[in-house]
Amino acid sequence: MQSEPFVKNYLSEHYGDDAYRTLRGYEAKNGFEGIEKALTLEPEAVTEMVKASGLRGRGGAGFATGLKWSFMPKQSDRMKVVVVNGDESEPGSFKDRMIMERGPLQILEGILIGAWAMGAKRTFVYVRGEYREPIRALEAAVEEMRAKKYLGKSCFGKKGFEHDIVIHSGAGAYICGEETGLLESLEGKKGQPRKKPPFPAQHGAFGLPTTVNNVETFAHVPFIVSRGVEWFRQRGTEKSPGTTLFGVSGHVERPGLFELPLGTPLREVLGLAGGVRGGRRLKGVMPGGLSMPILPPSELEVGLAEELLAPKGTHLGTGGVMVMDESTCMVRVACVTSYFFRDESCGQCTQCREGTGWVHKLCEKIESGRGTSEDLALLDDVPSFMEGQTICAFADAAAWPIQGLLRHFRADFQAHIDEKKCPFSESFEL
Amino acid sequence: MTPETRARIEALFERYPEKRGALLPAIYLVQAEKGWVDAAATRELAELFELEPVQVHEVLSFYNMFYTEPQGRHHVYVCTNVPCSLRGARSLLRGLEAYLGVHAGETTRDGRITLGHEECLGSCGTAPVLRVDGAYHENVDFADARRIVDGLE
Ligand SMILES: Cc1cc2nc3c(=O)[nH]c(=O)nc-3n(C[C@H](O)[C@H](O)[C@H](O)COP(=O)(O)O)c2cc1C
Ligand code: SF4
Ligand code: FES
Repeated sequence: MQSEPFVKNYLSEHYGDDAYRTLRGYEAKNGFEGIEKALTLEPEAVTEMVKASGLRGRGGAGFATGLKWSFMPKQSDRMKVVVVNGDESEPGSFKDRMIMERGPLQILEGILIGAWAMGAKRTFVYVRGEYREPIRALEAAVEEMRAKKYLGKSCFGKKGFEHDIVIHSGAGAYICGEETGLLESLEGKKGQPRKKPPFPAQHGAFGLPTTVNNVETFAHVPFIVSRGVEWFRQRGTEKSPGTTLFGVSGHVERPGLFELPLGTPLREVLGLAGGVRGGRRLKGVMPGGLSMPILPPSELEVGLAEELLAPKGTHLGTGGVMVMDESTCMVRVACVTSYFFRDESCGQCTQCREGTGWVHKLCEKIESGRGTSEDLALLDDVPSFMEGQTICAFADAAAWPIQGLLRHFRADFQAHIDEKKCPFSESFEL
Repeated sequence: MTPETRARIEALFERYPEKRGALLPAIYLVQAEKGWVDAAATRELAELFELEPVQVHEVLSFYNMFYTEPQGRHHVYVCTNVPCSLRGARSLLRGLEAYLGVHAGETTRDGRITLGHEECLGSCGTAPVLRVDGAYHENVDFADARRIVDGLE
């Protein structure tokens, strides 16, 4: 099990308490107050509440959760389904794992609130296959809830509120985090993303009306319902309320998770993580996982919320903050990054399949000292061909970090070409 | 496929609106029998799920955690994505390659260990990380890694 976050707030307040994973421990800490309150309200009122809270999805795209719930058909002769995205494979992200291991019942309670609001009968929680411990924690929690009749024909004794939750293990493929790739995978197929429309609310898992939300998104929901919209909005920014678990990794003294309000300045997050290791100078920070463009040290005052990062040319993504010190060769970072995206492209779209291959080849060539100015010019061009014309956003996610590295650390690339070798002798090795 | 495995797979069907939803969990059960899925097992799965063997094979080869070739008795994976690389994962992997005398992706000659590298395991705050037979070992250095590997039969 992952050790508890260094800084806690409402979500992780009890993550140090092993009993919090059990029904008894969870109920001792006011667990299930959210679902109990929700069941006294009309389903639409619950969706309205989530809308008013301003909760945004924590899976990377930051979409408004209440709005997404309202896309589900009100009346449907087909079963409605909730799908929970626990695929967490974005490099730099390790927060969903924490929530699944130490707060599984928060997620399950949030699911039930969503199921009540949307009239869904079945939930599938899709967890990446490598997450053995989180899967066990969720399965144990579901078992306990079934035994207590919190799940089943009349959940929490509410007549007509039937729901069951299935924990489903993925099998190692980054693209299954993309919601329609996930749905294909859940159906027992290759995880290749679908063309949209139709959107999941019309044609989702097994063709049924479906809402997909991230694990963390659901974990916030019980707090919103039990403590209220006003309370929730006291944290974070106007446009991005609430907290998140920022995952800080790389060259800091104290890497780990920090639950902080959205909008917390990057400088403060770095400070809490003990600053750059060994008193070295900072070189760059990727603020939202490997898919998001890097920031230079001059941007340390930026607040970590989508609306504050977007004007700086990057995004909050999953809140995975990767820190790199002065020793780091940014061409090597580009090599590792482009290798990952080349390997994980599902191959359906030509631009993505070919583009990721090209980018990786060019990065390797430049790193090895064989690169030319023409190669660098090509590296400028290829990512822009990949953006925005593909079946899913993976191609953007592959292009953005490379563009960010070129924007802020072009000198690193140029130096490899000029010196015909990698000039960063102290850098992490390839 | 043993009758027990078959029965366990059939018990999974009702969880999904369509039987095929149970295919990934079913593959895990079959794979647990001998560590990989051979052609005969692929055919049996296809029959059970009313699919063509090639459809099952496509699924098998799409996912990193399914194996269609014999594997070492143990799997040792090192995460080499950016956050782990920043904290020395690649020299750790090179060290293990030298120690075991194989490249990443290969199995030791005695069939004891298959060494590999993996993408981010969701453990970047405790990098570098090894995944050994499914279990995470976090914050490891080369000495730890060698001790872990030495402990594998
Ligand atoms: C390439 C790619 C990978 C993704 N990986 C994940 C993931 O691992 N976990 C996740 O929750 N969302 C991931 N997403 C986002 C999902 O498609 C989807 O937006 C999200 O699950 C919706 O939940 P939310 O609204 O609660 O954030 C990914 C998207 C893309 C394009
Ligand atoms: S953009 Fe890439 S990952 Fe997404 S569907 Fe196209 S080929 Fe597959
Ligand atoms: S990069 Fe290794 S666990 Fe995330």
